[in-house]
Amino acid sequence: MDFDGLVRDFPDLTTTGLEQGAIYALVALGYTLVYGVLRLINFAHSEVFMIGTVAALGTWQVMGYNQNSSVNGIGIILLLLLAGLAAAVVASTLTAVAVERVAYRPLRRRNAPPLAFLITAIGASFVLFEAVGLFSDDLGIGGQRTPFGMVDVMQSETLVSIGGWDITNTQLLVILSAIGMLVALDLFINRSRLGRGIRAVAQDPDTAALMGVNKDRVILLVFVLGGIMAGAAALLWNVTYAFSRFDVGFLIGLKAFSAAVLGGIGNLRGALVGGLLLGVVENYASGLFGGEWKDFTGFVVLIVLLMFRPTGLLGESLGRARA
Amino acid sequence: MLLEIENLTLLYGRIQALHGISLHVNEGEVVALIGANGAGKTTTMRAISGLRPVASGKIIFDGHDVTKVRADLRVIRGIGQAPEGRGVFPGMTVQENLEMGAYSRRDRAGIAQDLAMVFDLFPRLRERQRQAGGTLSGGEQQMLAVGRAMMTRPKLLLLDEPSMGLAPMLIQQIFEIITRINEQGTTVLLVEQNAQQALSRAHRGYVLETGSIVKEGSGQELLHDPAVKEAYLGVA
Repeated sequence: MDFDGLVRDFPDLTTTGLEQGAIYALVALGYTLVYGVLRLINFAHSEVFMIGTVAALGTWQVMGYNQNSSVNGIGIILLLLLAGLAAAVVASTLTAVAVERVAYRPLRRRNAPPLAFLITAIGASFVLFEAVGLFSDDLGIGGQRTPFGMVDVMQSETLVSIGGWDITNTQLLVILSAIGMLVALDLFINRSRLGRGIRAVAQDPDTAALMGVNKDRVILLVFVLGGIMAGAAALLWNVTYAFSRFDVGFLIGLKAFSAAVLGGIGNLRGALVGGLLLGVVENYASGLFGGEWKDFTGFVVLIVLLMFRPTGLLGESLGRARA
Repeated sequence: MLLEIENLTLLYGRIQALHGISLHVNEGEVVALIGANGAGKTTTMRAISGLRPVASGKIIFDGHDVTKVRADLRVIRGIGQAPEGRGVFPGMTVQENLEMGAYSRRDRAGIAQDLAMVFDLFPRLRERQRQAGGTLSGGEQQMLAVGRAMMTRPKLLLLDEPSMGLAPMLIQQIFEIITRINEQGTTVLLVEQNAQQALSRAHRGYVLETGSIVKEGSGQELLHDPAVKEAYLGVA
């Protein structure tokens, strides 16, 4: 164990942890929203995220930027960020909606048991990432089933330095955008009419119907919202790591799902708390035990925490989540 | 006729819950549907509001066949329901619960007017406006459920056991309010185990036994019917 290393790198590990945690949190929102309304874990959500990373990468390639390009000038950076964001959000949202239409809605119509949904979710996930893996060569986004390189849109440089605590431009972008998105989503769910419809279906679907709420439309809406959040997460991932893979969603999805459970599944703010906490704990662990212990420790902490708080840290349902 | 049900059958899996029941509700009436536990009262209500698909038969509302219309669209057509167990949204405030009743309405002025009308009927709800629905007492939740159904501006108000679990004084109060709602122009179909109160307030009534209608008549007729007395009013 390297206590000195942990102490020495503490500030860096914290910011890196928050940065990764912010991405987990955005993806976690998708799990939590769908769970809140359908009591279903959308295991294909990891692919909603992956498709977002690929769409942004593809858009940058079409614009003439690949892993060998260098980006100069704030104007170009902004242009690439916005184009990447638009592509990722659109692609992720369409994927989320397609999964709902193809894998879930037909089962709902037939009153299928929960296990059937679980299997179609896993099936949809495999089909999507295998398809990207198989066709990535033909699409020109990377070799078949290999990592995809991409342009480093934002060269990481230290923006703020307080004492020994350096915060880079990308870290700040990632953390602030994630928090901003969450606040916007929280306001939407708690203040808007459609948000109230989502909460109504989450709390009592039958009574919601008696109020004139169209459940199918609410379900579509939560998939759309989850897709938007995952698309934003995908862009932030690309900016941070300048790399993707056909199966990049697997570990991120698993961690985001864990983050959602850690914070209390069905609870929006819980997704943020769970995501940030998981990111930070993982990074402290890698400082303490070495990088290869990161995932191990993260999940040990998850298991231990759930033993003591089975409903997660903020453990309330989406419907009850109110300040 | 505002509501007409023809020969309705309904299945729960392989168990037949309704065996071809027919009933009707005229505009301006209060109609009571009484019966013991498990007779199919709540099932009938859920079929009318569209929460349960029917196996056969017809539900005609306001001149249109709504048998296959989705529940959320029946609300827009004018069927409002305070469901069994009240169905208050626990995490929403009283105000938000009431606004949920107006979910599919766009007439801001009308909504504000109806909100004032509900607060007028239930002054208690005005006092609790900002309180979460889940923290209300049983009686308050019942008021909220009825008020919320009124916020849909229903032509037909379905009330499923409005007296359930309430103290005698509150039961009296709820039924008085139901009469007032009816006098203000809303047609009411009421399911009750408290046959005494329901029949004395209703213009007409039906008696439901194991999924079939066994008797119908005016409220007073049923109230004085020996068989009804023995079975539902607790007097021999």
